[in-house]
Amino acid sequence: MLRLFGKILRTGIVTEAPPRDDEIAALGAEVKGLVQRHFGGSLAIREVDAGSCNGCELEIHALNNPYYDLERYGVHFVASPRHADVLLVTGPVSRHMEAALRRTWEAVPAPKWVIAAGQCACDGGEFGVSYASCGAVENVIPVDVRIPGCPPTPRDLLAGILALMRRAA
Amino acid sequence: MSVAAFIEACRAAGLGLLGTDSDALRPATTVDVAAPDWAAAARVARALDLRWAALWADEVADGLRVHCCLEGGGRYLVLRTHVAEGEALPSHTPIYPAADRPERHARDLLGLQLADHPDPRRWTRHAAWPAEVHPLRGDRPLRPEGLGPTPTDHHYPFVQAEGRGIVEIPVGPVHAGIIEPGHFRFQAVGEIVLNLEERLGYVHKGIEKLAVGRDAEGLARLAGRVSGDSTVAHAWAACQALERAAGIEPPPRAIWLRALMAERERIANHLGDIGAICNDVGFAFAQYQLTRLKEAWVRASAAAFGHRLMMDRVVPGGVAVDLAAEAGAVMAAQARALAEEVAAIVAILEDSESLEDRLMTTGRLAPEQARLLGAVGYVGKASGQAFDVRRDAPYAPYDRLPVEVPCYRAGDVAARAKIRADEIGISARLIAALLETLPDGPVRAPWRSPPAPAEGLGIIEGWRGEIITYVRLDREGRVARFFPRDPSWLTWPALELLLQGNIVPDFPVCNKSVNGSYSGQDL
Ligand code: SF4
Repeated sequence: MLRLFGKILRTGIVTEAPPRDDEIAALGAEVKGLVQRHFGGSLAIREVDAGSCNGCELEIHALNNPYYDLERYGVHFVASPRHADVLLVTGPVSRHMEAALRRTWEAVPAPKWVIAAGQCACDGGEFGVSYASCGAVENVIPVDVRIPGCPPTPRDLLAGILALMRRAA
Repeated sequence: MSVAAFIEACRAAGLGLLGTDSDALRPATTVDVAAPDWAAAARVARALDLRWAALWADEVADGLRVHCCLEGGGRYLVLRTHVAEGEALPSHTPIYPAADRPERHARDLLGLQLADHPDPRRWTRHAAWPAEVHPLRGDRPLRPEGLGPTPTDHHYPFVQAEGRGIVEIPVGPVHAGIIEPGHFRFQAVGEIVLNLEERLGYVHKGIEKLAVGRDAEGLARLAGRVSGDSTVAHAWAACQALERAAGIEPPPRAIWLRALMAERERIANHLGDIGAICNDVGFAFAQYQLTRLKEAWVRASAAAFGHRLMMDRVVPGGVAVDLAAEAGAVMAAQARALAEEVAAIVAILEDSESLEDRLMTTGRLAPEQARLLGAVGYVGKASGQAFDVRRDAPYAPYDRLPVEVPCYRAGDVAARAKIRADEIGISARLIAALLETLPDGPVRAPWRSPPAPAEGLGIIEGWRGEIITYVRLDREGRVARFFPRDPSWLTWPALELLLQGNIVPDFPVCNKSVNGSYSGQDL
């Protein structure tokens, strides 16, 4: 055990603060301010993959890495729609996920918001509407904010969350 | 395996072979058999220890043409047969369990009838379209009119277990995290899992149908979205298939750049997964460190190639972007530094007894099970299946490079994590070697459609393992059939087996260590 701690200490360099990113810091500060004023200090997001290629998920995951560390702005991902303020939906909605997405949306207590994240969620993207796909998220549930990009970068996602809060505030 | 030996064994078994061709689907040899001999040919293959790798069907004038891809010793064989309308094909599933879901997929999408398939249940088809509709058929529209809301799939007949104290736990399709959707049905006694059954198909987006009629560029874009985390590898496999069909040779620099991107993709995903595996057993330190390294890594990919995941960078005939001279030196230094950092972190992880305690012997897939399922990639390599397309059936540029292939027999979560850590170091060395030998010259050859209908096979080692992609072009050079076989087709069934006897709370870490792509298998 001592050896482990020794190694962690010696490897101290790896736990240094990540490089500064002024743009992210500015976006984050505004997000944090709005979360404090209008959402009781905490904004809960439930992510739903409704048919994505999983590229969007990689970038949403990245929001939690030490570079962005979304939680420091008071925004966190929750496991249950019942705990959520916002649904962050990716993918063209596959027809096999249509009912599940609608039910998840119904389970979110009002007031609730929906962000369509990624090109597919905004307009169907590369997949569009077909026998297997409903296309854009708004074809299934109402959408408040769209974040285009294939996939949107973590920065785009943060800006999109900010855009939603400006509207909702 | 030699193709000659297979043909010899077929003849000895009294099978009438209708012809072989070593050119039509290079590097595979095609062997045509009569439909009634379909299962017998698989029995011959099994006796010769060939690995069952893929199955896809294709609609032709008077029925279906069915393809089965087999591999042995790095040689590929594609069995083909013709099934007349209304005729049933003997199933491969009783001989090779890996055939189960691919056969059901072909049944759902094309109406392939299977004699003696042990499982009559639908697989890819849920409730979005009725049983008698086969959406991949030419007479089915891509966008049928008047579709109402899709009903839920809650009538799917899961396997039941009965007995005192057995509980059933349904999970999904919406999971409690940032993860793709699917349904898992557990039968457990107390905490011990007796049985896990997967119900996938939730993200079926009609990729095979969407491909039909596309040009080469459009197909590459679609292939890059079969599974977003494997965008480079899937686009490469599709382009390789297209290029083989059209007889186009991408310039050497393009091939090297594709490999650079593919190794970068492998490293990025392994970094994320090792961190996630540790995090699932409460070892957040690793998650923090490795996601930090991953972010720096994908930012460097964006700096070099203009996209964090390198989507749409592999295009028919080559690549869409060149690597600037200065970027090469930066990339080589970064790969070296990353390998050192990862080695240091892995040393810490290996030093942690509590981590060892959670990961060793957890979720064990025995080598015999892995072999039977034809498991590839890190799932196979952690269970004694040392197969890697880059080394064992090499394509350019790997035919010029030494590719080390790690292999363990423990088959547990720890072994799968260790394979990934080993592969990060190996890929970092490959990146250095690729940069050292990077040829000059153009990065794209002009695309020309073949003058006549043509087909091609692409086989690429993605970060999850072997990807096999089939493409058929019509006489206008438009895509008539596209089938990408993600490695997940072969590793999802492994998850069901390796979970048996584990505790329910270990499911997340077992699942993470396999990390099957939902999108890649649902299509
Ligand atoms: S927007 Fe792009 S990355 Fe996101 S799900 Fe669609 S294809 Fe994948």
